[in-house]
Amino acid sequence: MKTPLAWLQVSREKMRLAVALAGIAFADILMFMQMGFKDSLYEAAVRPHYALDADLVLVNSQFETFFSVKSFSRERLYQAQGFPGVESVNSLYFGTAEWRNTETRMSRPILIFGTDPANPAFNIPEVTQNADRLKMFHRVLFDRASRPEYGVVPIFEEKGFLETEVNDNLVRVDGLFSLGASFTADGNAIASDSTFLHLFSERKAEEIEIGLLKLEPSANLQQVQSSLKAELPKDVSVLTIEEFAKIEKQYWANSTAIGFIFSLGTAMGFIVGVVIVYQILYSDVSDHLPEYATLKAMGYTDQYLVNVLIQEALILAVLGFIPSFFLGVGLYHLTQAATLLPIGMTTSRAISVFILTVIMCTASGAIAMRKLQTADPADVFA
Amino acid sequence: MNIAANFPTCALTAKPEPVISIRHLNHYFGQGALRKQVLFDINLDILPGEIVLTIGPSGSGKTTLLTAIGGLRTPSEGSLKVLGEELCGASKQKLIQTRRNIGYIFQAHNLMKFLTAKQNVRMSLELHNGLSDRELDEKAIAMLEAVGLGDRIDYYPENLSGGQKQRVAIARALASQPAIVLADEPTAALDKKSGRDVVEIMQRLAKEQGSTILLVTHDNRILDIADRLVYVEDGRLTDNYMAASDREATLPEARRPKSQ
Ligand SMILES: Nc1ncnc2c1ncn2[C@@H]1O[C@H](COP(=O)(O)OP(=O)(O)OP(=O)(O)O)[C@@H](O)[C@H]1O
Ligand SMILES: [Mg+2]
Repeated sequence: MKTPLAWLQVSREKMRLAVALAGIAFADILMFMQMGFKDSLYEAAVRPHYALDADLVLVNSQFETFFSVKSFSRERLYQAQGFPGVESVNSLYFGTAEWRNTETRMSRPILIFGTDPANPAFNIPEVTQNADRLKMFHRVLFDRASRPEYGVVPIFEEKGFLETEVNDNLVRVDGLFSLGASFTADGNAIASDSTFLHLFSERKAEEIEIGLLKLEPSANLQQVQSSLKAELPKDVSVLTIEEFAKIEKQYWANSTAIGFIFSLGTAMGFIVGVVIVYQILYSDVSDHLPEYATLKAMGYTDQYLVNVLIQEALILAVLGFIPSFFLGVGLYHLTQAATLLPIGMTTSRAISVFILTVIMCTASGAIAMRKLQTADPADVFA
Repeated sequence: MNIAANFPTCALTAKPEPVISIRHLNHYFGQGALRKQVLFDINLDILPGEIVLTIGPSGSGKTTLLTAIGGLRTPSEGSLKVLGEELCGASKQKLIQTRRNIGYIFQAHNLMKFLTAKQNVRMSLELHNGLSDRELDEKAIAMLEAVGLGDRIDYYPENLSGGQKQRVAIARALASQPAIVLADEPTAALDKKSGRDVVEIMQRLAKEQGSTILLVTHDNRILDIADRLVYVEDGRLTDNYMAASDREATLPEARRPKSQ
C-alpha cells in the first residue's frame, strides 16, 4: 500500500483539522436547517391532503392551493360514483372563517372544514372517534396544533369545552385533533357539513371543494383514474393524493418567495463552506509548497499532487459531514418540539447535503490547486 | 571547455559511457530586454561512480546547472544528456522519468513535515513499482539504519536535529539506488561535525551503490571526498584551479583528480 499522503497530511495537525471540520459541519448544519425548514413548510402545507380518507380526489381543474380553492358542482361526484371500480364517494367543504379569541376578543382567520359526521373525510383517529359529537348543530373539533393566538387549548383543557364565535355564529369546541398550522391556515377546525353551510351562509350545498373517491379493493387505481379523466367534464381534475399534494407544493415552491428564500439560505451555507475549506486547503498547500516541489523534483507527477489535494478535500467532506448529520438530527428534534413543524432528517436530504459537501470541498480544492501549480521544483534548490 | 579532457586518467583508457554529458550548453533567464545569460557554453562529462564537487562564487550558476541536470528546468540551448536521454527540449514526461532516476539532496532538507522519517524515505521508494508494503518498510528501515538513524525511524522531522534531518534526506535520495545523486550545498545548514558526517555517509553509500555524485558546495572542509572538482565562474566552467583553490583554500588532495 502506498503512503496515504492526503490522510497523513490532513490528520497530522489536529487543531487545524478540528477547525476545518467545525467549519464544514457549521456549513452543513446551515444547509440542513434551511433545507429542513423549506421541506417542512411544504410538508405542513400538504398535511390536510394526506389526511384525506380517499384514493382519488376531484377538485376544480383550476386548483392550485388550499389557500384560494374554487368549488365545483357536486354533480361530478355523482357522475364519478357510477364508474366501475369506484366503491364510494364523499365530499368536503372548506373555507376561511373569522374565529374570535374569547379572552382578547380579537378575530383571526381559520380554516374550517365541513364534513359528513357519519362518514368523516379525514383518516385522523381523533376525528373519526369524535365525529359523532359534530352531529349536534354548531359543534366543532379544533386543531390543537393551531397557533396559540386562537386561545382555545388551555381553556378547553381546563373546562372540557369552549364556546366562541365563528363568522359571528356561536359555536362550541367539543374535541381536539392534530393536523398543524401551515401557510394556508394558522389554524384548523372541523365542523359537520350542515354547520359549515350555516357558518358560510353564502355557500350552496351543491358546490363542494373536494370530492373524495374510494375504490373497490380489486380496482386498478390508474385505470379508474384515466377513465374518470377521460369521461368527466374538464372542469374537474381527477388526482391521486400524491398528485394533489404535489400541485400544492409546487404552488408554494414556484408562486411564492419561500422556495427562493430557503434556497438562498442553503446557498449561503454552501458558500461559507467553500470559503472555509478553501482557506484550509490553501494554507495547507502554501505551508507545504517546498515539500510539494520536492515531491515533483523526486519524480511525482502534477496529477499525483492534484489527486492528493482532491483526496484531502474528500476526507474533509466526509469527516465534516458526519458530525453535522447527527447535530442536524438533534436540531430537527428540537425544532419539531418547539414549532410543531413536521421537520426531521430524511435520507434524500442527507444525501443532498452530503453531495453538496463533496462539491463544496472539491470546488475549494480546485481553487487551491492553482497555488499548487506554483510549486516549481527548480525553486527547491535555490 | 571540457575539463575532463585535461586529465590524463580520463583521456587515456577506453572510458565507460558518461552518465552526464553536456555540450555547448547555454541558459538564459528572463525574456526580451531582461534576458540574461547565466550559463555559457558548458561542456562536461561525468562518468559512472564519479564523485564530482562543484564550487564557485555565489551567483555563478552552479544551482542553475544542477537543476538542469536534474530535469527540473529545461536548458535554453545546447545538448544535455542524462543517463542517455537528451533533456534539451525534452517533454515533461521525459523530465519526470529522468527525475525518478536521480536522488536529490537539498540545502534545506525538505522533508515532509507530516511524515515520519520512515514514511519520508518510502515516498521515494514508492515511485518505483514492484515492492510490497513490507518490502518498502524493510528497505526504508535498512536505509535509515545505514545513515545511523535506526532508532529514529518513527520520528517526525520536527523532533530531529538538523544533521539527522539531512541524513533522512540522504536516505530518501539514495533509497531507490539512483544512478545519479545531485546535492546542492547539503552541509550549508549544518555544523562542522554533522556536515562532515553527512558527506561521509553520502560518499560511502554512493560508493556501495555505484552512484554518481554531483555536489555543489561552499564548504571547503569536504572537498577531500571528491574524485574531481569542477569550478564555475560567471556561468563558465573553468580550469583555473589555482585561482579558485586559493579562494577556497582547497585541501591539497582535491587539486588532483583521483583515479577511479
Ligand atoms: N529563476 C531565476 N530567474 C532569473 N534569474 C535567476 C533565476 N535563478 C537564478 N538566477 C540568476 O542566475 C544566476 C545564477 O544563479 P544560481 O542560483 O545558479 O547561482 P549559484 O552559483 O547557485 O549561487 P549560490 O552559490 O549563491 O547558490 C544568478 O545571477 C541569479 O541571480
Ligand atoms: Mg546555489
